[in-house]
Amino acid sequence: MNRMFAIFEREMRKFFRSPVLMVMSMMLPLVQLIILGNAYGGKIRGAKVAIVDYDHGPQAVKIREACAAIAVNIATFNTVNYTDERKAREDVRTGKIDAAIIIPAQYSRRVYAQDAPKLGLVVDNSDQFTSSSIESELQSLVEALNEPVIQPRVVNKIALQFVELYPFVSYMKFLLAGSISLAMYISVMIGGGMLYIDDKARGVHEGYLVTPISKLELVMGLNLAGAVKAVLAGVCLTVIGSLMAGLGTIFHPMQLIQAFTLIVGTAIAFNGMMFLMMVRVDDPLVPRAMFGVLNTLLFFPSGAVFPIIAFPKWLQAIAIIDPFTYCVHGFKAILLKDGGFVAIQYDLLFLFVFGIGTLLIATPLFKRTL
Amino acid sequence: MTATGNSSADVNRGGEPSSSAVAAIAVENIVKRYGTFEAVKGVNFSVADGEIFGLLGPNGAGKSTLIRMMTTLVPITSGKAFVAGFDVAKDPDDVRRVIGVIPQALTSDPDLTVEENLSIYAKLYGVPRVQREKSMAEVLEAVDLTKWRGAQTKTLSGGMRRRLEIARGLVHNPRIFFLDEPTTGLDPVSRIAVWEMLDNLRKTRNLTMLITTHYMEEADKLCDRIAIVDHGNLVALGTPIQLKQGVPGSNVVEVHFDRETLEWKERLEKLDGVTSVQAESAGFYRVLTSSGSKTTMELVELAASLGETLTSLSVQNTTLDDVFIHYTGRQLRDEQVKAVFSMPPRPGAQP
Repeated sequence: MNRMFAIFEREMRKFFRSPVLMVMSMMLPLVQLIILGNAYGGKIRGAKVAIVDYDHGPQAVKIREACAAIAVNIATFNTVNYTDERKAREDVRTGKIDAAIIIPAQYSRRVYAQDAPKLGLVVDNSDQFTSSSIESELQSLVEALNEPVIQPRVVNKIALQFVELYPFVSYMKFLLAGSISLAMYISVMIGGGMLYIDDKARGVHEGYLVTPISKLELVMGLNLAGAVKAVLAGVCLTVIGSLMAGLGTIFHPMQLIQAFTLIVGTAIAFNGMMFLMMVRVDDPLVPRAMFGVLNTLLFFPSGAVFPIIAFPKWLQAIAIIDPFTYCVHGFKAILLKDGGFVAIQYDLLFLFVFGIGTLLIATPLFKRTL
Repeated sequence: MTATGNSSADVNRGGEPSSSAVAAIAVENIVKRYGTFEAVKGVNFSVADGEIFGLLGPNGAGKSTLIRMMTTLVPITSGKAFVAGFDVAKDPDDVRRVIGVIPQALTSDPDLTVEENLSIYAKLYGVPRVQREKSMAEVLEAVDLTKWRGAQTKTLSGGMRRRLEIARGLVHNPRIFFLDEPTTGLDPVSRIAVWEMLDNLRKTRNLTMLITTHYMEEADKLCDRIAIVDHGNLVALGTPIQLKQGVPGSNVVEVHFDRETLEWKERLEKLDGVTSVQAESAGFYRVLTSSGSKTTMELVELAASLGETLTSLSVQNTTLDDVFIHYTGRQLRDEQVKAVFSMPPRPGAQP
């Protein structure tokens, strides 16, 4: 045991002598959290929508007034008057404006006559986000106009009432679980994988191998140090990320305990996975080359940036065996839902079993000789 | 125990361990194969207690593989190796407890201090807490690094780092010390300092040392006995004096003629006592002879009779270089076996 702790001590001393390692392992996830968290999940504002009015009747004025109300309130779009439908269509195509509402001639008369009145909407569907926002806004506008002026006493339409269990979840909050996982992965990759292979290449391990340390003590010492580094990265990012995203997790002791347990489970799982992958590697270029591939292969299928149920089956299969998935799910359950240990029990079970299992496979593969 | 080589008639000339009958290291017909490549081909030798034993050989000769097998780093394919009486293959942990190893690479952690490096290795070797401080202080004193104990290893010079490596290998007070090219990369002053230190350590700690080197001078100064390894075979074994005496011709005459002619080599070989002539460069010859003075006189007379001018002429005793060339047929220089990368000159750069 003393020999195992000697290896652990050496790794930790080295780690604290190079704070750049800690900073670097947290830099990418934090930048990602800030940039992606602010870039995605926002609402479309200030799109330019042309109104081509061939009617000029009272109902056309109602449309124009409703559009003006949208422009000054929710501000999804501003309106621009056009006189020519063809010109408006061309400008949508060339990107000068984002959409065009066509109010055809005789529109007001058809509304009054209840003779299938129609409005036209030309959108640039190469930009799905903007076009669907404008479509949704105008659909609401048309539904409001279709409502009878005097509501019937007995409502015979089916209404759906939404109950949102949690306060508004911004994209930054949604992304935080993935960012914590990513910070721990990078810590394991740099602090575990890369430094381990670098030490091997520099001959540091040769120094250990001539001492009476056993294979198990050496493996456990290296892995304990790797897991502790990942825990430190996870704790730091949970605290910093929660504060940045506006979550109060760090002020709730139970949530903190749950998060810490999940961080420990994730650290063991990631470290076991990394050690298994690196146990027979000697070339320092290998972990560097694997870094990007593994990042894509493990992070994106985990549900960190997009829900897993939207994935094709083969990608869902990767998600099932990906430890990132359980880490991300667990953190979402703790940070966004306050689901308690019940919500993360299977995540913890998978992570601990995965971590211990990979270590059990890696240990016999570890060579006690050169 | 008798020290025996395997593949040369010259081996074992005078190769008896120096004093004690108890062998600190014994290697019996040891073989190491990597696939079909045989790196070590059935080598035999033994090292007596308290002896400094040198393994000499060019790069790729198999000396590092030999030392790695003896220090449990590389599994032995066949044959046996005993260190302090323990079978390397069967009792590797017992072997590790009694040996100190300085690998070729600098393995101390550059981010840790001198003291931290020693402390971690003391723990790895299981030195009890009460002895640890004392042992560290002693080895730091022995390698003259006491005042640097708090310095980060990366701030030390090459020579100091090598001394730290030596201290690291001694922190658990081993009986047998393996050093794989301990002075490679050091400047001449640091190299001499390491030699003196190793000599002192042998005397004060009664250490048995096995050193691999490719510096002839180092082997000559430090080692009680030397084994020359080439192509995985042990080709010669003996004390430095015995090895030098074993080479035909006890003197070397180096002569540089003003004008190179094709006949010179043949003419020199016909002189009395000459055993071999090596053409080093244009007009420059290295002549091995049993009588340096006689050959020199004959050579001067020959040159005068032919009207040739000698640019330089020197007579010296046979060196280990000559021994090495005799047994391996090549010079022991890095540049012959390693491709050296040098930066191409920048365009327009002045020489």
